Amino acid sequence: MRAAALIARKDLSQRIRDKSAILLGVVAPLGLALIFSGIIPDTSGSSFDVQVGVVNNDGGVVAAGFVNDVLPAVEADDILTVTSYADEDAALADVDSGTLSAVYIFAPGFSDSIQSGAGGSVRLVGNVDQSTSAQIAKAVLDGYLAEIDAVGIAVGSSAVSGATDLAAITALATQETAAVVLTDIAADNRELDATTFFSAGMAVFFLFFTVQFGVSSLLEERFHGTLPRLLGAPINRWSILGGKAITSFVLGLVSMVVLAVATTFMIGAEWGNPIGVAILMVCGVLSALGIMAVVAVVSKTAEQAANWQSIVAVALGLLGGTFFPLSQGPRLLALFSKLTPHAWFLQGLGDLSAGSDLTAIITPALALIAFFAVTVGAATIFGKEVLAP
Amino acid sequence: MNVLECGGLVKAFDDLVAVDDVGFHIAAGETYGLLGPNGAGKTTCISMIAGILQADAGRVTVGGREITTRSTEGKAEIGYVPQDIAIYPDLSARENLRFFGRLYGVPKANLERRIDEVLEVIGLSDRGDDRTQEYSGGMKRRLNIGIGLLHEPSLLILDEPTVGVDPQSRNAILESVELLGQTGTAVLYTTHYMEEAERLCDRVAIIDGGKIRAEGTRRELVELVGQRDTVTLGVVGSAHKLVAGLEVVSEIEKITATEGSIEILVEGASQVLPRLLDVAQQSGVAVSGVEVIEPNLESVFLHLTGKALRD
Repeated sequence: MRAAALIARKDLSQRIRDKSAILLGVVAPLGLALIFSGIIPDTSGSSFDVQVGVVNNDGGVVAAGFVNDVLPAVEADDILTVTSYADEDAALADVDSGTLSAVYIFAPGFSDSIQSGAGGSVRLVGNVDQSTSAQIAKAVLDGYLAEIDAVGIAVGSSAVSGATDLAAITALATQETAAVVLTDIAADNRELDATTFFSAGMAVFFLFFTVQFGVSSLLEERFHGTLPRLLGAPINRWSILGGKAITSFVLGLVSMVVLAVATTFMIGAEWGNPIGVAILMVCGVLSALGIMAVVAVVSKTAEQAANWQSIVAVALGLLGGTFFPLSQGPRLLALFSKLTPHAWFLQGLGDLSAGSDLTAIITPALALIAFFAVTVGAATIFGKEVLAP
Repeated sequence: MNVLECGGLVKAFDDLVAVDDVGFHIAAGETYGLLGPNGAGKTTCISMIAGILQADAGRVTVGGREITTRSTEGKAEIGYVPQDIAIYPDLSARENLRFFGRLYGVPKANLERRIDEVLEVIGLSDRGDDRTQEYSGGMKRRLNIGIGLLHEPSLLILDEPTVGVDPQSRNAILESVELLGQTGTAVLYTTHYMEEAERLCDRVAIIDGGKIRAEGTRRELVELVGQRDTVTLGVVGSAHKLVAGLEVVSEIEKITATEGSIEILVEGASQVLPRLLDVAQQSGVAVSGVEVIEPNLESVFLHLTGKALRD
């Protein structure tokens, strides 16, 4: 352990001296995080506000349940901003102009029709240029209408069994409807805000470049002829690899911590629970170390290793969603992203930022550890000759 | 007492047997040379002795401790100077020495003193704080050796330390190695330069094709192959008159007379030379110059292997 620490200390001194680790580990990711968070608008989290209108020409109890109970509850959660209109044409004009993303229009007699069992319909008119917002508005309405269907069945059953207080049963169902809709929206909202996303994304993207300095330095030792000298020293051979691993780990972790602190204070990134973030960082660094170690041991020279490591780092970074939220990409991409440590790291941070407790990061942390275990095992198998003089 | 003992060393790389049943020993204060051309197996041999390469067969002990790739205590007795310059270019000489000194377990209290001493020995005291990437090739070579000396090993292994070195630095390196023998350090020196082996080594092993072809002192090796000294006398007057007079000297095997000189092949030139000069005086031939050429290791190598030492 003493020898490993000595080698790591020497390597860290060299890395700090040539400034490449500082450049790739701190300056580049911090700069890109600042740029991205500054030029790309925030489209996630609580700041994603959907403007909707509502025209209630019905006045009955069913429409009132949606207008007076469901919509205010969703609005209170900063998902929708609701404007009531008395004039249908005015509301439609605002949709056309883009002031509103969508408008709900309840026709006269809607509630009576529902209560009589004849069914009914609600018009939802959305702006074609704001399809995502219109879809959100539709999802809120769909949830409510699904519950109305359930209420219809319940009402029918109650009537058969002699219950006649239709308004009370409908009101009860309406309250339950609102609760269900809000729960679903909260579940979909586990996404980092833009500033935090780009801070964390750039941190984990460049982490893979930073850790390569340690594992690849073994190849540099061979290039400089110092590897035989290390092999001839009165130390355990594994301490040479240990020293390189410590170097990678320290560089990676310091890079992540510096970026987390810097982005928190400089651009207001919200990384979440510090303990959870620390756990994710340690696991993330280990996974990056393992992957880069595999690339290093199958490479012949430090230069070849650096080239391959750059390719791997960029490919995994893109697939892992470090440059754009995976939720905005194809579903297949989100699926494949799970093959990268980046996606698990960002998922863990997303869960933390949504206010979840530490148990929420167990799965991401275990996934990252699994990456580490598998890749270190592979590096050990492929790298049997790595300590040859 | 022998510092190094090794025997039966074998190392093969696939079908190529690089070292085949090599063994020798080195006593304290003795300088032992492995003389052979490139590819003879010298570096493979010392890599096994230094515990860098695992031998397929054979045994190495240094100071009574067995050396393998997993040894730690025994390796602390060895100073290894690889053929290629093995220093960190972005560190200073002092930082290089400090790192390897710690790695070899030099006590912290002695480390800085030892660094100063080694810098003095290798002539880099005034450049010790400069990054080694700014050094000349000779300076790097000297530091390369200094690192091997830092922890005061009982066995110093030098693998062709003068390859690519300018004459001045080369001479400085050879003088340093000569001094090591006086301090009691056992030295294993590999080279393909015959003159270095002759100058530095108390005993020499001639290695070729992974095998030791012969071993001994320079004189023993020369005698082993029956070589004789060549005495060349520059003469003023009749060379043929002197040739006739020299026929009484029984040690002479062959005489060749040319204009102004006589070349005499003789056994034990140092003992016979006074008699040769007496005969010249008695014959009335003035001797204007004397040159004694002893048979060298180059000729021994040629005799043993049928080929010349080459770069």
